[in-house]
Amino acid sequence: MDASLGQHMTPHQPSEDEVELETSTGLPNIKLAMWIFLGSECLLFGALITTYVLYRGRSTVGPYPSDLFDIGYTSVSSFVLLASSLTMVLALAAIQRGDHGRLRVWLLATALLGMTFIGGQVYEFTSFVREGLTLHTNLFGTTFFVLTGFHGVHVTVGILMLLSLVALSLAGRLPQDRALTVELVGLYWHFVDIVWIIIFTVVYLIPTGHGTLVPR
Amino acid sequence: MSVEDPDRVTTAATQDAPDPAVRSRLARRSRSRHPSDAEYIRIALILAAITGAEIAVYYLDSVKSLLIPLLFTFAAIKFALVALWFMHLKFDNKLYARFFTAGILFALTVYAIVLLTFRVFASS
Repeated sequence: MDASLGQHMTPHQPSEDEVELETSTGLPNIKLAMWIFLGSECLLFGALITTYVLYRGRSTVGPYPSDLFDIGYTSVSSFVLLASSLTMVLALAAIQRGDHGRLRVWLLATALLGMTFIGGQVYEFTSFVREGLTLHTNLFGTTFFVLTGFHGVHVTVGILMLLSLVALSLAGRLPQDRALTVELVGLYWHFVDIVWIIIFTVVYLIPTGHGTLVPR
Repeated sequence: MSVEDPDRVTTAATQDAPDPAVRSRLARRSRSRHPSDAEYIRIALILAAITGAEIAVYYLDSVKSLLIPLLFTFAAIKFALVALWFMHLKFDNKLYARFFTAGILFALTVYAIVLLTFRVFASS
């Protein structure tokens, strides 16, 4: 047998430097894919936010945002979602330390805060419908429900992923060296949070002018 | 400060690494570059304070003329804090930030053109 061929066939443990060569970027493909996905999500939510801004103040029949919005109530929801971002990073820090008890506590806390947010959104939607605003009522109803509804669906998907992580952890299938799984779910969760930061400002806090972005 | 980039670990970090020892070593390296729990809590408190300020300026009549610039500034700061600290863009490989920023800039450019085309920012 050729000597060089024999060398190639010799099994050996790869060093860290050799491991680094196993993807073309030297980075984990799955994390890169998540960031590319989040970049594309900017376009999705950008389209929905732009549509809302484009049609804000152009409804010819009520109810109008000023008739319905309760800033105090929505502010509490915003604090809840921000708090969930904190518990999410604490969950990641816990698994990176190998502290599986705290990992489960923080993951459950994040999921519960997410459920609180969604519960608040369901209550808000229900009260708006009672006030006469539906998807078909006017331009405000259509653009508002589509934008915040899409965001709510994203939060719900995030909650399902968080509960899946808790189940995996309880089953012993989420060891410390799988921390990247938690990190990826965390990236998704934080993205949902930053989208809400924009929605809270653009939809709730900026007052509606007559077809323009002007103060009351 | 020069920090070794633990994401340059590829297969181990993608969880396909055949050797658990390699995965563990790389997980330890990954942990070392992320902020401490105390720093996360500090960032969360700053985010809460900014949100409080947003709500305050919404109700203050004295800053009505500056309301929209102030609100956008606050939102931008909160966005950056979450992305840089909680999503670790400040600490991770810059390629992630480039992909994410590309998505944001592309979206901003496209939708700014749409809004300008429809004269959304024109005074009535």
